[in-house]
Amino acid sequence: MGGSTVLPVIIFLPLVGAAAIALIAPSRSMVLKPVAVATSAATGALTLWLMAAFDKNDGDFQFTQLTEWIGSAGISWHVGVDGISLFLVVLTGVLFPLAIVACDPPHDAKAYYIWLLVLETGCLGVFLSLDLVLFFLFFEVVLIPMYFLIGSWGHDNRKYAATKFFLFTMLGSALMLVGMLTLALLAKDYSDTGEITFNLIELANSAGELPTITARWIFLSFALAFAVKVPIFPVHTWLPDAHTEAPTAGSVILAGVMLKLGTYGLVRFGLYLFPEASRYFAPLLFTLGVIGILYGAVVATMQRDLKRLVAYSSVAHLGFIVLGIFSINTEGIEGGLLQMVNHGLSTGALFLLVGFIYERRHTRQISEMIGLQKAAPVLAAVFTVVMLSSVGLPGLNGFVGEFLILAGAFVAHRWWAVVAAAGVILAALYLLWAYQRVFHGTPDDANRSMPDLNWQEKLVMVPLVGLIVFLGVYPKPVIERMEPAVTALIEHMEQVEGFESPTVDNRPTGSFNELRTLTDDYGSDEGEGH
Amino acid sequence: MLSIFAQADIPDIQWLPLIPHVVMAGAAVVLLTIVSVAGRWLPRWFPAAWTVAAGLAVLATAIPVWIRAWQEGPHSVVAGSIGVDGFSVFIIVLLACTVVLTALVVDGFLHRESLDGPAFYVLLMLSATGGITMASANNLIVLFLGLEILSLAVYVLVAMHLRRAESQEAGIKYFVLGAFASAFLLYGIALVYGATGSLNLIGIEGALRTNDLSDNGLLLAGMAMLLVGFGFKVAAVPFHAWTPDVYQGAPSPVVSYMAAGVKAAGFAALLRVFFAGFGEVADEWQPVVFGLAIASLAVGSLMAIVQTDVKRILAYSSISHAGFILVGVQAATHDGVASVLFYLAAYAAMAIGSFAVVTVVSGPGDEGTALDNLRGLASRRPLLAAAFTVLLLSQAGIPFTAGFWAKFEVITAAVDARSFWLAVIAMLAAVVAAFLYLRIVVAMFLDAPDPDAPRLTIPRGPAVAITIVVLFTLAFGIYPEPLLNLAEDALLSISLTAH
Repeated sequence: MGGSTVLPVIIFLPLVGAAAIALIAPSRSMVLKPVAVATSAATGALTLWLMAAFDKNDGDFQFTQLTEWIGSAGISWHVGVDGISLFLVVLTGVLFPLAIVACDPPHDAKAYYIWLLVLETGCLGVFLSLDLVLFFLFFEVVLIPMYFLIGSWGHDNRKYAATKFFLFTMLGSALMLVGMLTLALLAKDYSDTGEITFNLIELANSAGELPTITARWIFLSFALAFAVKVPIFPVHTWLPDAHTEAPTAGSVILAGVMLKLGTYGLVRFGLYLFPEASRYFAPLLFTLGVIGILYGAVVATMQRDLKRLVAYSSVAHLGFIVLGIFSINTEGIEGGLLQMVNHGLSTGALFLLVGFIYERRHTRQISEMIGLQKAAPVLAAVFTVVMLSSVGLPGLNGFVGEFLILAGAFVAHRWWAVVAAAGVILAALYLLWAYQRVFHGTPDDANRSMPDLNWQEKLVMVPLVGLIVFLGVYPKPVIERMEPAVTALIEHMEQVEGFESPTVDNRPTGSFNELRTLTDDYGSDEGEGH
Repeated sequence: MLSIFAQADIPDIQWLPLIPHVVMAGAAVVLLTIVSVAGRWLPRWFPAAWTVAAGLAVLATAIPVWIRAWQEGPHSVVAGSIGVDGFSVFIIVLLACTVVLTALVVDGFLHRESLDGPAFYVLLMLSATGGITMASANNLIVLFLGLEILSLAVYVLVAMHLRRAESQEAGIKYFVLGAFASAFLLYGIALVYGATGSLNLIGIEGALRTNDLSDNGLLLAGMAMLLVGFGFKVAAVPFHAWTPDVYQGAPSPVVSYMAAGVKAAGFAALLRVFFAGFGEVADEWQPVVFGLAIASLAVGSLMAIVQTDVKRILAYSSISHAGFILVGVQAATHDGVASVLFYLAAYAAMAIGSFAVVTVVSGPGDEGTALDNLRGLASRRPLLAAAFTVLLLSQAGIPFTAGFWAKFEVITAAVDARSFWLAVIAMLAAVVAAFLYLRIVVAMFLDAPDPDAPRLTIPRGPAVAITIVVLFTLAFGIYPEPLLNLAEDALLSISLTAH
């Protein structure tokens, strides 16, 4: 046992809250929500403290804790945070209390809060695990709370959606387990000690010694699991169902946090463990990413259901993230990481807003809503900001992420970046069109009397909108904390594999203005680094 | 040969390993005697309590055997026919636990069905005696005797519900097919004897080591027939046809014992004969076990999807679990054996618990085993539904349950033996199987309860049994190390003398 204890506290605090809620007597059901909010808010505060205490110049894992768990099988309790996982942890810490505050369950409040808090523990565990088996355990176990959240508190078609979600994700991870075991058992043969280990860092250090073909197969088994979770086209079909049928808080967490389990896995376990295979399969993955961008956008345009539209917009946004990650350069990966946070904030907020509308109008059909702007001006204003962030308007957070991704992708694979950029235009098309249909026009009788946001809902939207604007104007605090870890990752890959990451000379160091100078430099750097 | 008889002259050492056998069989006979002499003065719970005590006594007597196997290494006694090794002790302990838990489940069941009496418990303990003998037999004839003792008692147990025609039918079905399987096994034993000149596993192993018999038709045919016999007992495809019908027809607590105990004994015998006895010619039988494993995984998980009766669903799922265990057998390594032992222990807990829940839910007449009977159980009996969910998730191999580590160990063994594709197929089958467990969970949690459903009473015995297995499942799901180490220390190896 050694190291910092802050991460275990962060991981298990929600679980403790869940246990506390389980012990609350049925007669005192009014304290259920305060306890859930308090626990998740305390966890969120701890993650913010973590961000403040994080050493931004260190690209290595911080606050690590390593202790033997199942010694005979080489499995240890090993947690740590670096620039790659830090903001996903913070995002989780921020989104959960907001989702819990924003929506009250219509029935069985106790079980609802227990599952949400268990889910939070699972998500935090995934982001903080540095042991493959530990990661896998958390990665799998998040299915159960989400299954029950969708299944018990979802909309009409919830049983189908919940089961589909569970089986799709389990299918992906089933093969990952075989890949994981193969990796550890093969690495045992190459290691000095001859002992089996699932320690991520040790496995990554021996990553270059695996036979190339074997490593590629194992990478595929990992990539499939993450591809389902992200989801990457064509294994995305569970997503629209699960998002649409889930209760509002479930959709927020599903889109905001759980999709990132997949993209995070691709970075942490794909790139880091299999540098050669990642590069070998990168064309496949970023091509699928670009297909996802276009496909998600086109299908979203066709949707009649507002929630389903937002769900398909996730497919497009996640396509961007995959494109950035598999550009395999600092800009692309940083952009991907930043976009994970951005997507969590803006899509999380969009699902909340759609949920608020649904609670008032009891419909998600776009055709049944008109002129909501007149009835609910505050709701409309917030929706505008969030939607524009999702579109990628300069000055809001979505722009910075998409810009970095396109910059990275442009250097690595120019034409894919060009096609992906078209996706930005499509995003503007489907979101603005949806906004226009729902909020503009003259409200009919059904829509005229719709109440505006209440104080509780406004309270939830304030931090989200604040972060959306802040990250759009001043992303430096985030990027400078990510940069050392991303640089270390690229160096690790270059060192293991002996390739040079396609990059531009002028790296963005964060501020918006510096990003702008990047565009000017493209002309002079063309032709280098390919 | 002389040395064998020389060793057989030392009875004071040889009795120790036989005490578990004697205690289990003796407890059965004494119970029968006591109840026939003094039955009318005894309380109703007496046979159950006696059986629980007997099971615990066997657990206690297994400890010195374990210590002896640990100190002296694996060896054989009684003219080389009984093995003293960690492997047999592990299975003995498992069977004893199965007997204790089954007795707890049976207690309330017999009263509800007005079947009170000692016969059930006597047969249960006799059957377990057979299982203990199978697990420790190093001689094919002794093994066959164990198998017959085990099976004959179970045939009767299956037909025990006198007022249910399905139970009678299941008994006949199981008996006729079981007799066939026994005949195959016996014929296989004869052929192996013809090929190797020995009925003793030590002799067989020696004969295979000194002579190249890998293309001896007699030996191959004998091994194939032995596999048929064992395949029937463990319900591996294509020898599984009886399983759904018998599981559905048999009294629910008997199915608990069949899924946990009979399967464990069958796999113990299979491993003893094939891993320890035929280890030299593993290349010959591994492909066949590979095929059996894939067939069991595929048929078990796919067929379960279309069932609408919980007992049939769980029957097919037990076939799929047999496939998983065969994946560990196929590895033919010590790690593989350890993974099988861990899997058997974890599965025993899940199976006993699951069928205990079915026993409770099925209601008077043991008829309410349709999936519809579980509808809305979560709102009627939340704790029971939660316990069943834990057991089902464990069967599905979800993290933080013992079932996850069982699959983890088996897959590790398979990957270590470079059977990648088998591992992949097994995991895919696990996903398909997860669907059927989810169906049950959906019925309990997400379906509205039937307003006319009778109120469920949960007798104390099953409640205790379910609590124990759920705690077992969760405890070893979070910290499996002790059980993993135990399974790894339970070395299966046969040799005549201690070293």
